[in-house]
This record gives sequence, structure tokens and C-alpha cells, in this order.
Amino acid sequence: MSEKKTKRRDFLFTATTAVGAVGAAAVVWPMIDQMNPDASVKALASTEVDVSSLTPGNTITVLWRGKPVFIRRRTQDEINEARSVKMEDLIHPEKDEDRAKNPEWLVMLGVCTHLGCVPLNDKGDYNGWFCPCHGSHYDTSGRIRKGPAPWNMEVPKYEFVNANTIKIG
Amino acid sequence: MSEHEFRPKSKVGQWFNDRLPLLTLANHLTDYPTPKNLNYWWTFGGILTFCLITQIVTGLTLAMHYIAHADMAFESVEHIMRDVNYGWLIRYIHANGASMFFLAVYIHIFRSLFYGSYKSPREIIWILGIIIYLLMMAAAFMGYVLPWGQMSFWGATVITNLFSAIPLVGEGIVTWLWGGYSVDNPTLTRFFTLHYLIPFLILGLVVLHIWALHVPGNNNPVGIDIKKPSKDTVPFHPYIVIKDGFALLMFMIVFAFFVFYSPNILGHADNYIEANPMVTPAHIVPEWYLLPFYAILRSVPDKLLGVVAMLSAILILAVLPWLDTSKIRSAVFRPLYKQFYWILVADVLILGYVGAMPAEGLYLLIARVATAYYFLHFLVILPVLGFKEKTIPIPLSITEPVLGGTPNLAMAKKKESKIE
Repeated sequence: MSEKKTKRRDFLFTATTAVGAVGAAAVVWPMIDQMNPDASVKALASTEVDVSSLTPGNTITVLWRGKPVFIRRRTQDEINEARSVKMEDLIHPEKDEDRAKNPEWLVMLGVCTHLGCVPLNDKGDYNGWFCPCHGSHYDTSGRIRKGPAPWNMEVPKYEFVNANTIKIG
Repeated sequence: MSEHEFRPKSKVGQWFNDRLPLLTLANHLTDYPTPKNLNYWWTFGGILTFCLITQIVTGLTLAMHYIAHADMAFESVEHIMRDVNYGWLIRYIHANGASMFFLAVYIHIFRSLFYGSYKSPREIIWILGIIIYLLMMAAAFMGYVLPWGQMSFWGATVITNLFSAIPLVGEGIVTWLWGGYSVDNPTLTRFFTLHYLIPFLILGLVVLHIWALHVPGNNNPVGIDIKKPSKDTVPFHPYIVIKDGFALLMFMIVFAFFVFYSPNILGHADNYIEANPMVTPAHIVPEWYLLPFYAILRSVPDKLLGVVAMLSAILILAVLPWLDTSKIRSAVFRPLYKQFYWILVADVLILGYVGAMPAEGLYLLIARVATAYYFLHFLVILPVLGFKEKTIPIPLSITEPVLGGTPNLAMAKKKESKIE
């Protein structure tokens, strides 16, 4: 008799705990999710940049989603250098052809993939970028070659709206 | 602890105390039997309590004038400095108070390391202390972000990016911490909220820390268990109150020196430039009290492993009571440990120095050696030392070595004086 009662009580305990846990999770999730990017932040998704004044060998930095984006009009030497690198020499192998569809234009987030500093132009051992914070060297394609950063600088989604304007995002 | 017999003298006191035994608590705190040989290294608990209260009071008053918004934070800090009555004083006390807090906490921690205060039965006091220390670092880091200067912004960027080292979910966590795609206004407002909250969490943990301390009672320079109360103890009030008070005054002189004569020497000039997401300062350095861990982070060439090494360097302290296998608490009776202790102190100071230097060439090499030694100390030297070390016999009480006693104790005393 007592055994049967114990089982019913066990069921009630388990069911109550389960419902309680689901309820608690349902309350906790909004508290956590409120910290994710809100609608107004997400709305600032794209930026258009006029690049007509940019001459080869120069870089402009624009702000997109609060982050700097490097737009570099590369010289032929830089393109050749970037495209002649062997894949096995790269820490994060990516073809320059995939990173810069139009070889003259390199568009990427100016954010070091180590801890998020802004690397400096025309610096470092690979003629590309150098991050002063913790010493990461990037090549003329923005690929990591030396230092603590694990990945190449990210290429965002972008397109040429017309010959002079790049739309990022 | 003799307070269970305590009974207030007045009728009203008895009536109140029967309903809420606050007077029993007050009596416990004043009569609390304290080892009579405590030296000045033991005064830093009181000094730290003072630091916490100073930070809370100055922080509350600053919050009355500060505006947590990316467009206004920098200006509101300048407004505090220039317009608010005594705003400069309150802000300088708060900013330098953080440094003083860490100065005191490091002395407090290294005192525990020297005298083995983390060992049984005081492991919980020690672990609570490590949690307080972690919260202090979080509070200090977030507080440093609030003025929204260049170091604020880039310090926040670098430290939050540490989480991106976590495989798979790292990037998502960083976006969640930021509330956007970079450090920006949502980051600032939540950091302000947490910076406001954490000191009160610390206050709660300090109560637990002291509660846990009052169960076994204080460790002492000799590191032996003592009977309480006995002729080896004195009541906390007035003996320890006066001693702590005197040490606190000395500490306040140092504090006041920084506040009044060199209020910016511990800060970075770059933080008087407003945050600019387009330009990283040439040389990002955290505040001095985080430099040893920063050096460890930078000494590892891999991103994830660097973060793991840095966090392990702190968390390893939490398991210290079990890594140190020696039964003897005080380094006074551990001739080998005493030497390794001072090597560790030097090692941490070296890490702090190279943490402030660029991570290249010789500095990087030194940082790597010092990082390796740091872990070697805790993971190899301490466990092995407990079995190999020939310790000096410990006295049976605090009083006996001073007043003379058995031949065994006289020998202990002689050996001790040789080492000192």
C-alpha cells in the first residue's frame, strides 16, 4: 500500500519540478536575450561608401556597425604578392581570389581577429597590416601570417552599387 | 567563542536581544579572541574593508553626476572634474581608490601565501577571498570603461574579445556581451549597471568571508592552532581595533599622497582622449594591477590557449589548499618554501613589469619563462615540497617560545632566529 503511494508522490514531485524548470527557463530567457543586439542596432545594417577619390596604394577606413572597415585600392605589386602565396604557408588558408573578387579592391573589417584592435596600414613583415596590440602581421590580402590572431581579417558582405560606390552589409 | 553566555545588562537590551540577537553579534565582534602575535600584515583585512566602503561611498556620489551614455559619458566625467563641487576630489579618490584596493588585496593575498592561511581549516575563507578578488577585477575593469576614453574603449574591446576564443559559441557570446557588433552604447550602459551591482555582491561575500574566518579564528605568524580564548589570545576590541586603526592611518597617508600629489600617475594619458572606434592607441596596457595576468595572456602565441592560461593563473589559486601538501602552515618553519615564496613574489613582479612592455623580443622571452615558472610553482614545486621539505619543529603555543619552555621548543626558537 505504502509503495503505491510513494510512486504517486514521486510522480508529483517530478512533474512539479519539470514544470517549474520550464517556467523558470521561460522567465530567464527574456532576461538573457535582452542583452543581444536590439532592433535599432540591427537596423544600421548597411553603409554606402563613395570610393571615387581613392587612388591605388591607398586605404580609407569607414565605420560600419560600429566597426572600422578598410577599403584598399591595391597596387599591381600588392595583388601579385597576395596571389603568389602558397596555401600551405597560410595560418588560415584562403585564396586572394576569394577575398577580393575584383583584385584591385580589398574590402574587409579592420578588426584584428585576436582581440579586436584596429591594425595599422602598410606595416608589418608582410607589407599589409600590423596590429600594435599583440603583434599580429597580416599580408596584402589581410590574411594572418604571424602572431596570435587565429584568422584572416573578415571580408564582410559588400557589392559595387555602381563604379564609384561600395555598399557594405 | 563565548558569546552564547552573553546577556545584555539593560532590560530593554535583553528584550531586544531576545527578539533579534544583534547585541550578541556586537559582543562576539568585540570579544572575538584574536592571536596576540598578529603582525602588521594582518591589518590589511581591515584596510580592505575601508577600501570597499570608500569605493561604495565615492561611487554612489559619482553616480549622481555621471551619465552612462556613449555620447555624454566622457563629457560628464569632465563635468565632474570641473563643475561639480569637489567632483575632482571624489573622482580622484574613487580612481586611485581602485589602485589602493588592489595594493591592499595583493598584500593580503601574499600574506596568506606566506603564513599558509589558506590551509585547513580555512579553505572556504580562502575560496571566498578568490571569488571576491575575481569580482574586484570585474568591477575595476568595468569601472575603467565608464569614462569612455580611448583606453576605456579599447580595453573593453580587448577584454570582451577574450570570450571570442571560446570555440563555436565565442562570437555569439561577444555579440551578446556588447549588445551590438562592437563596443558601443549598449555595452556602456550594461557595464555601468554591473559596475554598480558588483560592490554590493562583494560586500555580501565579505560578510561570508569574515563569518567563515570567525569559525576557526585567525591564523597567526606561527601558524599553529591555538586555544580560544586563552593566554595566547587578546580580545579584538580594543587591542586589534587600535592596531588596525593605526595601520589604516598609515595606509591613508599613502592613499592621500596619490590623490593629492599624483592623481593620474597610475592612469593612462590616452584615457583623456574620447573613445574613437576607428583608432586603436599605439600601446594598450591594462591598469597595473592586471599586468601580471596580461603578461601571461600575451606570452602564449595561441589565442585560445592564451586565454586559458590567463584564467588558469587566477583559478589555480582556488585549488591552492590542495596543491600545497605541507601540513605546516607558516613559512617561518618551512626553510625551502620560504625561498620559493620569495621567488614567486619576484616572478609575479617580473610578470607585471613585462606586462607593461611591448610583447616582443627579450620581453616576450622573459614573460614566457616567468609564466612557465608561475605554473611550475603551483603545480610542481608546492605539491612536491610538502613531501620533501625538512621543516623546523613548530612550537606548541604562541607564548611558550617567547617565555622559554621544553628543550624541544628552545631548539625550535633557535632555528627560527637563525632563519630570520
